[in-house]
Amino acid sequence: MSSLRAYIITRFLMVIPTVLILLTLVFLILRIIPGDPITSMVGQKVPEEVLEKMRHEAGLDKPYHIQYLEYLAGVFTGNLGRSMIWGKRPVIAEIMDHFPATLELTIFGFVLSVLIGIITGSIAAFRRGSKTDTGMRIYSIIAYTLFIPWFGMLLQMLFGVYLELLPIGGRITPGYSPETITGLYVLDSILTLNLTSLVDALAHLALPSITLGIVLSGAYTRLVRNNLIDVLSQDFIRAYRARGVRERKVIFHAMKNAFIPVITLMGLQFAILLAGAVLTESTFSWPGMGTFLIERIEYRDYTAVQGAIVFYAMFVALISLVVDVIYALLDPRIRY
Amino acid sequence: MMLLEVKNLTTIFKTKRGVVRAVDNVSLSLDKGDFLSVVGESGCGKSTLAYSIIKLIDSPGEIASGKIYFDGKELTSLSEEKMRKVRGKEIGMVFQDPMTSLDPLEKIGDQIAETLMEHTDVTKKEAWQIAREMLEKVGLPPDRVDSYPHQLSGGQRQRVVIAMAVSLNPKLLIADEPTTALDVIVQEKIMDLLNEMRKEGRAIMLITHDFALAAERSDRIAVMYAGWIVEMGEAERLTKDPLHPYTRGLIDSVPDVWVDREIKPLPGFPPDLVKPPEGCRFRPRCPVATERCMKEPPGVEVDGRYVKCWLYEVE
Ligand SMILES: Nc1ncnc2c1ncn2[C@@H]1O[C@H](COP(=O)(O)OP(=O)(O)O)[C@@H](O)[C@H]1O
Ligand code: SF4
Ligand SMILES: [Mg+2]
Repeated sequence: MSSLRAYIITRFLMVIPTVLILLTLVFLILRIIPGDPITSMVGQKVPEEVLEKMRHEAGLDKPYHIQYLEYLAGVFTGNLGRSMIWGKRPVIAEIMDHFPATLELTIFGFVLSVLIGIITGSIAAFRRGSKTDTGMRIYSIIAYTLFIPWFGMLLQMLFGVYLELLPIGGRITPGYSPETITGLYVLDSILTLNLTSLVDALAHLALPSITLGIVLSGAYTRLVRNNLIDVLSQDFIRAYRARGVRERKVIFHAMKNAFIPVITLMGLQFAILLAGAVLTESTFSWPGMGTFLIERIEYRDYTAVQGAIVFYAMFVALISLVVDVIYALLDPRIRY
Repeated sequence: MMLLEVKNLTTIFKTKRGVVRAVDNVSLSLDKGDFLSVVGESGCGKSTLAYSIIKLIDSPGEIASGKIYFDGKELTSLSEEKMRKVRGKEIGMVFQDPMTSLDPLEKIGDQIAETLMEHTDVTKKEAWQIAREMLEKVGLPPDRVDSYPHQLSGGQRQRVVIAMAVSLNPKLLIADEPTTALDVIVQEKIMDLLNEMRKEGRAIMLITHDFALAAERSDRIAVMYAGWIVEMGEAERLTKDPLHPYTRGLIDSVPDVWVDREIKPLPGFPPDLVKPPEGCRFRPRCPVATERCMKEPPGVEVDGRYVKCWLYEVE
């Protein structure tokens, strides 16, 4: 187990250069694209002297390398700075306002995609070569190639506009929000035993998470199917049967073995999931990190964009680390 | 009554190319404490015969006809649930590749214990204790119960597989090429172990393509060719004085079954079982084939031995 600890520490240290490179790129790109936070906020008509004064106050008149080093120093001491536009709130507070929305959507989309993938993939594998199998394989390809905004709009039309079953945008009906504990509405509703907000939050989550879940499930369907077929044909499965182990248990062992590569995919998918969440958020006016990021890029809110990216990168790194640890715990070949 | 009696067993695979008669009208029997080897080149239906006996033939295969009597039961008509109770408990299996016949995710102890708990009323703790004893019995340190398969060598794994196969004290142990994937020294040890299991009164059915191994270890040998048993009899006599041209060819092609002999490789390959040669299936490779061999040869008894060849049919 101590090797596992060493592994975790190494993995964590490896995150630092990744984040640093990402941060540097974002820093440069933001300054290369035309415009800056000041002009985007007050417009071009303001006299140049006033603009200069505002830039000076924001520290934007300093040479880039000084700005860069000052910002880095902040990041390393855990300070993401303040927003450069209205209100100048601390970036971390802004992130905390938007991150729970994204996390909630991501978790629901993720769980749905894995569930759908495992169910469809196993059905296909157990009925290998049948029409059902072909159906599942076609499903996997279609799901994989669906374009999120297009598919999201299709669901909005069907369930929101035509059937009027579900809300087509937003996170909660105004006035229904539960008392904030974690910022995750579903969890907070449960914790405060608020059934009205729970139902409302789930209704709002339905379409965006189904969109995300279905689009991302395609890869799981395929992987689970192929793995399971492979595992089912292996000697040790036949050996279990030859020892008179009940079929139910044999299938359990097969599923467990087929699941190992799925965990790897989960780690990889999580980064894609966050990207998918950005598209989903803009389709469903979901007030999450994606929406926040797009808005602040428009305003050239340098610190906010940089902060959001650093935060995202750290989060993805953390998740992939967690996935790796789960993987190591499940597969003894990795652990020892 | 014999422990195992296979009567006119035919197992087929319905493939896209046609019907493969992998085991064709095979009969054999095995008594308690017997050591029978089934020998033949690869693709002759040996494994199919072994899996037919425990009725583990996957689609597109099926037992087309014949009967399997085992210890007072007729297996081909047994329900799947009753058959499951025979597998492992009454007939143990050892497989060719110990690298792939153990579940990589489960501890050795768990794998042995699961089998025990499936067939008997032992608690998990008792099952683990038995697992330790079983490992000791096959010459492994008992604390190996806590190991995972990848932590063991090939020979050790095969010992585990044998421990697992004998842990429920089955009356018959079928070993399908148990030493093929192992190196020579380990092979010897695994064969010694199988022999010990036999000395405890179990019947052993060894499936192998290695004639020398079969000659050295078994009481009786059944030679299989293209789905048929072409010769069967007491091991020493069959080896010293083979009747069937295929048996002769096999013996001549392996070194040191009996010393001081020239090695002559057997030319050609076993036929495609979708469309086997007409008449005797060995005909295309047989040095002494005649006109009559265009018809299926009869199975005849020649001084206590079974042989399926026209040479021994006197008209
Ligand atoms: N699952 C299967 N599907 C189709 N044909 C099979 C299958 N398993 C075995 N066979 C065929 O049955 C014949 C006998 O195979 P097998 O019993 O494995 O021979 P051996 O063990 O003597 O090498 C071969 O011709 C093989 O191609
Ligand atoms: S039957 Fe004929 S072809 Fe077949 S082995 Fe005997 S002699 Fe050879
Ligand atoms: Mg075989």
